[in-house]
Amino acid sequence: MSESSIAMPAARARQGRPRSGLRALWKSPWFDVAALIILVVTLMALFPSLFTQIDPRDCDLSMSRLGPEPGHIMGFDIQGCDYWSNIVYGARTSLEVGVYTAAISFVIALVAGSLAGYFGGVVDSVISWTSNVILGIPVGIASLVILYQFRSRTVWTIVLVLVLFSWAATMRYMRSSVMQVKNLEYIQAARGLGVGPWRVLGSHVIPNAVTPLIVMTTLSVGAGMAAEAGFSILGVGLKLPAFSWGIQIALASQDGNWQIAPLLMFFPALMLGLTTLAFVVLGESLRDALDPKARR
Amino acid sequence: MTALLDVQNLSLEFRSPGNPPIAALQDVSFTLDRGETLAVLGESGSGKSITAKAIMGILPKPASRITGGRIMFDGYDLLSLPAPRLRQVQGARIAMVFQDALSALNPVQTVATQIAELYRVHRGMGKRQAHAAAVEMMRAVRIPDAAHRADDYPFQFSGGMRQRIMIAMALALDPDVLIADEPTTALDATVQAQILELLGEITERRRMALLMITHDLGVAGQLADRALVMYAGRVAESGPIGSMFDGPAHPYTQGLLGSIPSAAHRGGDLPTIQGLPPDIARRPPGCSFNPRCGYATEECRTGLPALDRFAPERAAACHHKEEVIARAAVGA
Repeated sequence: MSESSIAMPAARARQGRPRSGLRALWKSPWFDVAALIILVVTLMALFPSLFTQIDPRDCDLSMSRLGPEPGHIMGFDIQGCDYWSNIVYGARTSLEVGVYTAAISFVIALVAGSLAGYFGGVVDSVISWTSNVILGIPVGIASLVILYQFRSRTVWTIVLVLVLFSWAATMRYMRSSVMQVKNLEYIQAARGLGVGPWRVLGSHVIPNAVTPLIVMTTLSVGAGMAAEAGFSILGVGLKLPAFSWGIQIALASQDGNWQIAPLLMFFPALMLGLTTLAFVVLGESLRDALDPKARR
Repeated sequence: MTALLDVQNLSLEFRSPGNPPIAALQDVSFTLDRGETLAVLGESGSGKSITAKAIMGILPKPASRITGGRIMFDGYDLLSLPAPRLRQVQGARIAMVFQDALSALNPVQTVATQIAELYRVHRGMGKRQAHAAAVEMMRAVRIPDAAHRADDYPFQFSGGMRQRIMIAMALALDPDVLIADEPTTALDATVQAQILELLGEITERRRMALLMITHDLGVAGQLADRALVMYAGRVAESGPIGSMFDGPAHPYTQGLLGSIPSAAHRGGDLPTIQGLPPDIARRPPGCSFNPRCGYATEECRTGLPALDRFAPERAAACHHKEEVIARAAVGA
């Protein structure tokens, strides 16, 4: 043993797994800021009482549209409710729409894309044609039409409509990534050594093909949150008494409220913008970290 | 007695939409027995690797189609074996060492996991047991400090060590037939020698049949008992390597052997076979080699020569083999 430690000092220095590119992520200040924003918003969504003691439904009409004052840092909305506590309670809905949409799309794209890309043939035809049909539909108008059919809309209504139109594009990404990987030599090697198709797919193809899907999914969280707000403004999203940044923006945009009290538009838009941006930065950083070719 | 591996008249074509099918292999036959080493020689694109992949059953599926022949292994035709049965043979009884170990190893799995997968798939071993067996196999191919290196990823190994990992994977289940597809091409000369020595030693000790694909005649001469020379998807010549190298019966073999640099060429140009290998989509009529051949006559431009046995164990596909052998005997 002593002989080998002299001959190969590296063998002792190497402890456990090698450093992954993921750890280098933290060196980027932009990533740190993005992670902090996402952490804060997530905490707001999970434990709103950490951030505010004021009941968002404890409203006083006489305070309607008043500006920030001590104890009420963002002032009051039209109904005279504390705006900050509404923002805090709205984080959950906005984040839920973004995260659920991304997560469900991820699962569908992963399964469908892998099957289509790896097995080809009839499976591929069925999946690809379905996705082509989806991609051929004008998303904005179709979403409006579908959501308009529902009298009461919950987070899940919105999530399902968004998933319906978002899985197809991510699926195509996964499919092409799988098709690229499945022709590589180490996949042939695994097959040639008698490894069955499901095992080849699960332990060799998918781990090597999933990176672009992870990145796309992260990027899409922000898009889902923005879509939720958009639906509210167009009148097909969530409605009071739900809490969401989208509803706040929608109410501020009605009847020229934002011209009288611009802060009512500014605060929820700021939160939405920052969070969306944070997910985009997170996705971009992940891409740089996971794709050695794009690393600078 | 039938041979362990008996490839009979294997023909294979590649097809792509809108193009006529391309015959990549035509009528390829050879046998390989336990304890024997067969070198498959030929230029790039002559069908060496395709033959190996056909035996392994890992040709790209919709693109390639076997149009004729059989691959008999131990009494079974591998081409008609149902997939689950075939998988029991692949890796366990016939295994393959690939040319470039870096691209033939999964970059996101540790090497031990990849070797262990064979034990898990074929022997049903548990995780820990398979890992231990993998480390043992890494020791057998003389990877220093195997226990520590087992959990490293392929990119952390040098080229020679990676090729040893590939060999460990191929040998893990003690196969009867080992196919080595230019196993040393990606390595530098000193490492090449080590890997060849390792392959020779292990196959001899375990009495494996070794199918060695190479375009290095030196490697073939050193390791092989018999040789199969391929040209444009067909067998040009086959026979024991010693008598073939002493007296080639096909002008292409003769050209290959004549192209080995020697002291006599010092200062001058190195001898080459003039011309380029044919595009297999547009083979010349008759013998594929005729445009590059010094012996070619009208017969060669019209009639495809059959692979004729002209001496015990020796065969060549040439209309003028007697002339070629005679020329070699004179020492031309």
